[in-house]
Amino acid sequence: MKSWLKPTSPTGLILIVVVMFGFGFALVPLYDVFCEVTGLNGKTKGAYQGEVNAQAAPSERTITVQFIANRNENLSWDFAPEEEEIKLSVGERKQTHFSVSNTYDKAVVAQAIPSVSPPQAADYLNKIECFCFQKQPLAAGEAKQFPLVFFIDPALPEDISKLTLSYTLFDISERDASGGD
Amino acid sequence: MSAYAETLHHGPAKGISRWILTTNHKDIGTLYLVFSLIMLFIGGTMAFVIRAELFQPGLQLVMPEFFNQMTTMHGLIMIFGAVMPAFVGLANWQVPLMIGAPDMALPRLNNFSFWILPFAFAMLLSTLFMPGGAPDFGWTFYAPLSTTYAPPSVTFFVFAIHMMGISSILGAINVIVTIFNMRAPGMKMMDLPLFVWSWLITAFLLIAVMPVLAAVVTMVLMDVHFGTSFFSAAGGGDPVLFQHVFWFFAHPEVYIMVLPAFGVISEIIPTFARKPLFGYRAMVLATVAIAFLSFIVWAHHMFTVGMPLTGELFFMYTTMLIAVPTGVKVFNWISTMFRGAMTFETPMLFAIAFIVLFTIGGLSGLMLAIAPADFQYHDTYFVVAHFHYVLVPGSVFGIIAAVYYWLPKWSGKMYDEKLGQWHFWLSFIGVNLTFFPMHFVGLAGMPRRIPDYALQFADFNMLTSIGAFLFGTTQLLFVYILIKTVRSGKAADQLPWEGARGLEWSVPTPAPYHTFTTPPELNKE
Repeated sequence: MKSWLKPTSPTGLILIVVVMFGFGFALVPLYDVFCEVTGLNGKTKGAYQGEVNAQAAPSERTITVQFIANRNENLSWDFAPEEEEIKLSVGERKQTHFSVSNTYDKAVVAQAIPSVSPPQAADYLNKIECFCFQKQPLAAGEAKQFPLVFFIDPALPEDISKLTLSYTLFDISERDASGGD
Repeated sequence: MSAYAETLHHGPAKGISRWILTTNHKDIGTLYLVFSLIMLFIGGTMAFVIRAELFQPGLQLVMPEFFNQMTTMHGLIMIFGAVMPAFVGLANWQVPLMIGAPDMALPRLNNFSFWILPFAFAMLLSTLFMPGGAPDFGWTFYAPLSTTYAPPSVTFFVFAIHMMGISSILGAINVIVTIFNMRAPGMKMMDLPLFVWSWLITAFLLIAVMPVLAAVVTMVLMDVHFGTSFFSAAGGGDPVLFQHVFWFFAHPEVYIMVLPAFGVISEIIPTFARKPLFGYRAMVLATVAIAFLSFIVWAHHMFTVGMPLTGELFFMYTTMLIAVPTGVKVFNWISTMFRGAMTFETPMLFAIAFIVLFTIGGLSGLMLAIAPADFQYHDTYFVVAHFHYVLVPGSVFGIIAAVYYWLPKWSGKMYDEKLGQWHFWLSFIGVNLTFFPMHFVGLAGMPRRIPDYALQFADFNMLTSIGAFLFGTTQLLFVYILIKTVRSGKAADQLPWEGARGLEWSVPTPAPYHTFTTPPELNKE
């Protein structure tokens, strides 16, 4: 090793500093990867890509899925699940709705962020269609039904019989207008 | 010959420019120590406000908003302004003297890294007078408190942290380069005094984690001003990510604040026990082990965020593992004292108090490490009691012990031993009266960072406040002792402590402006 690069020379030490500064930022994607691999923070995956053979293996095992609709504090829309609770057997495909209405007198773009509790169940809740995949622009006073189609993977761990799917709506009009995402 | 000889033998420059332009490690060490003493009193005043408000239940003196600013600023000032610069000051004075070097390796950089600090803290303190007030999100500045809900002064906070970080990193680089390149001929790594060893390891911790702190405050800045969403769920970020990145910095940071104190204690105990340190090699290895483990335990600060069981178990066991090398150190200090011819001058008293009280803080740390129990203790005064036990009678007592121990060599004067003993006993009583009752109110469920509390906590809080006032005012006595020593202390001997060994005692008293301009001969014992 060149002597000026040694970890005990000023240049070498500054190099460590730069690398560690980068590492701080690298923790951001690393954290996402880590959460995805381990399913830690209750984030659900994108749209289900596999084949849906929902009726193939009807199962005795039923799961209760509860729905929660939250609004971020800066968005006072009306937002509520059509049914608060659904019982379904694993592998069975279900459709439900969330009703939403824009109470402002201006158009607003919203984005729903899903979260599953317990987080270990997040990987087994497969959404075939979800309003959370897209930005949701609503005109002033407009009301809408947000659809959600999903099924529970039969591989869901045995000790989980009830799970909660929560959506939080955020106002992203500003971000959307400025072109960022 | 003369121009060269003059540069070697000249004294300090006259007037204020001596302090502004100095590249002398002793001057810079003094600057650091004086700066941190001033910060101790500023942060202490904030603690005074906190304890005065908590003297009785109900809101008496300050509004909750201002109370939050006080807890935040107290933490920031004490950590980054008092404890860390004090240790850098000790390193500046002692590392060259203890390894037989004429100065630090990078003297101009040394001057720069000190002079950043007054500006950084002037900026941080100026936020108190800004509209919207100072940062109020706790020293841990969790997102979204420091992003979505932050006062406008958060920007100044971010830049102040950046500046402190640059200062610490440059200081650490200087220490490492000095230790590796400027040891007296023949001094091997395993001959280094333990204070130097522990500072070397601390410096590597600083190099590794201060940039991560810089990264996390930069992300906060970007979330606040540039529309990014690192920590905002609305844009696909995650506030829990903040806690991971922050504690990846902040757990090694707590060892940064205590390892140099371990080093100080490892110098003082052998001197006053008149025995060589027991288990030198084990001490070095234990310090390295603590430093390594500090990188893989961070999430024990966030057991309650909803980690999976395996995560909780991993961080619980690794945290408990730290008790092993720490226990080795405590055992070795006690073994050093065992059957020693001990005397109890002020530095020794502070050192022994360090061992006893730091161990109490370590044990409450073990209680907090138990993940299921932590759900009960999390964010209560028990946590406050724990980290104050390791920081005040830990780090701060270590610094005070070091000052009493080396002050005769630095100033050439002996402090007043009687006053020193008073200072110790009042501090010892004050510190325990302040922080011990916090354990009880914490276990009973009193949350931290609140300006008001339920009636059943009133008695213990009053005791705590009385202890805090006692401890705080006692430190004025410390300042009086320091001033009295420098102005009218009795002349100190060449070797003020009978049992002291090491190169720093071989220079004349007071230590001349330039020392070891020719490398010392090492006489191996």
